Amino acid sequence: MKRQKPDLATNNEQNETQESLKLEVASQWQLMWWKFRKHKLAMISGALVIAFYLVALFSEFLAPNVTTTYKDTYATAPPQPISFFYEGKWLPHVKGLKYERDPVSLRKTWTIDEEVVVPIGFFVRGDAYKLWGLIPSDIHFIGAKNPGDPFYLFGADIIGRDVFSRLIYSSRVSLTVGLVGMVIALTIGILLGGISGLVGGALDNIIQRLIEILMSIPTLPVWLALAAVVPIDWPALRVYFMISIILSLISWTGMARVVRSKFLALREEDFVMAAMLDGCGQTRLILRHMLPSFLSHIIASITLWIPGLILGETALSFLGLGLRPPVVSWGVMLQDTQKVAVIARYPWLLAPGGAVFLIVLTLNFLGDGLRDAADPY
Amino acid sequence: MWKYLLRRSLYALFTVWVISLLAFAIIQLPPGDYVTDMLEDLRAQAGNVPPEWEDRMRQIYGFDDPFIVQYFKWMRNILLRGQFGYSFFYKRDAGEMIIERLPMSFALSLFSTFFVWIVALPIGFYSAVRRYSIVDYTASFMGFFGMAIPNFLLALIILFITYRYMGGAVIGLFSKEFADAPWSWAKFVDLLKHIWVPMVIIGIGSTAGLIRTMRANLLDELNKPYVETARAKGLSETRLLIKYPLRHALNPFVSTLGWMLPGLVSGEVIVSMVLNLPTSGPVLYQALVQQDQYVAAGFILVLSTLTVIGTFISDLLLAWVDPRIRLQ
Repeated sequence: MKRQKPDLATNNEQNETQESLKLEVASQWQLMWWKFRKHKLAMISGALVIAFYLVALFSEFLAPNVTTTYKDTYATAPPQPISFFYEGKWLPHVKGLKYERDPVSLRKTWTIDEEVVVPIGFFVRGDAYKLWGLIPSDIHFIGAKNPGDPFYLFGADIIGRDVFSRLIYSSRVSLTVGLVGMVIALTIGILLGGISGLVGGALDNIIQRLIEILMSIPTLPVWLALAAVVPIDWPALRVYFMISIILSLISWTGMARVVRSKFLALREEDFVMAAMLDGCGQTRLILRHMLPSFLSHIIASITLWIPGLILGETALSFLGLGLRPPVVSWGVMLQDTQKVAVIARYPWLLAPGGAVFLIVLTLNFLGDGLRDAADPY
Repeated sequence: MWKYLLRRSLYALFTVWVISLLAFAIIQLPPGDYVTDMLEDLRAQAGNVPPEWEDRMRQIYGFDDPFIVQYFKWMRNILLRGQFGYSFFYKRDAGEMIIERLPMSFALSLFSTFFVWIVALPIGFYSAVRRYSIVDYTASFMGFFGMAIPNFLLALIILFITYRYMGGAVIGLFSKEFADAPWSWAKFVDLLKHIWVPMVIIGIGSTAGLIRTMRANLLDELNKPYVETARAKGLSETRLLIKYPLRHALNPFVSTLGWMLPGLVSGEVIVSMVLNLPTSGPVLYQALVQQDQYVAAGFILVLSTLTVIGTFISDLLLAWVDPRIRLQ
């Protein structure tokens, strides 16, 4: 026992020196990754965000139906819970649905039909689709084993379309509308912020005033006004890009401020001064020396910033001024819920709201983690 | 201080001017104008309309003038006569409509601001002083919740809950019997009964943000040497907290008003539409959809101007609270 102790100590010491050696030679990104890894909530959120985007990527395959499939008979059908055993045997299934019509209001009242069993499974055949508009297939990740059987995990909407499938398809538009807008806003933000921070003087003053003006305008009325301008007869893709541009038009200001303050701070740093004295050109100075040192900050800010764009798209589409059907986005789906009576009877139509909530939350956690990790020194 | 005041007011004026240009330009953007709409209606009712009518009507309404002239006329009427133009859709004075709706919007934004302050101050303070306590965790959780949920969705959920479990949705700002009644004490009480719902919905996002700022700021202050010194000299913990770090941490309350207000006004617009409140949101929306340009431009201008004034006041307050700013 006595002998082991000093051994352990040297071992520890060795470990420590190894650790610090590793730390000394590690690159900036490696250090950030180590620091980020310690942030459990951010790690989980990061995984979830990746999962969300994978769903968006493979939505045709993952959704049980295509978005346009509708069955009048099952209009406003409630969600069907999944059970795994039937009469003691392993048989994943959902129960069938039956309805009674109210003789006065003619409204359907749905009940779960315990008698009918709809077997479900993975990799079933169903609606034909083209993955990314290229690869034709009819295999769906999950669905009813007999095509045509009712399978509504999150219920059906007012004309009998599967809410679950539409939710999956919507993620593609809702999650990317922010990305496109972000690229635009990022370009403006970095450009103007960079000019502001590097050149300074009168130009800096003008850009800063412009940013202040834009920041003091309440965004929603302006978004509404701009979105109302988009002509009704435009094709879906053009509307999509227009909406992303509108969303980014005002929100580049925050990015410009971050970039400016970074440039201002970096200008005073020794290594920048050294590079400048070595006769480093302006472009090389920015791209090679300054940009890498605050790139991580920009990535973190982006993550904290996409949620705003997702929320913006949802709000605009919800009001009917953003994307329009046949494009499906979470906001477009929520249009159905504008009337209290509809939500009260078919609360499952609020499901897209849950999706928005989840992605905004996870992006925020991820962004917080990234921001903490962005400065590893 | 006077120099600072002057500079700030010049900025504010300039901002309002740019906004007025923007507002007017946006409204002019869509192809066609109200004459196009009217002619379409006429054609639908009367069949053919002589083509010269179109030009004549444009002339009468002044839609033929170049942008600058139209803008100039619009501004002149607002500044000199207080006239915001005419609502083609409602066939009435646009200024009247704005005056009718604006006080309620203003009241709602004001109430929401106070709500945000009253909730965020004690919670933010407590979260920082008792870090990792239950209150702190609950506050962070509620904070994330408030940040992630779109305010219109929260409004929908509250509608659903009140409709289903409380026998009647909370729509509007007044009960039926008070909606058109003249102002009285009873009506005011009725307003208070209704206003808390939109107030909480609109304010919750900003509350979350402010709690986090407050907590972070106070945490920075708590570790400073002057706190340690005061503690070493035997000052009681409560007195110490209130006398020094709290005063520092109060800055964000004033300074964040600037970015909080645009958010509150935005929130007010959309939440009012969901809850069908008699504020500016629903009318602005209608005006935008119907291309009712003077109403839309008027609302955007007035809402933005109020926001700028709010920001201006917050700048002044900040200078008053924090001498470092006014002496710069």
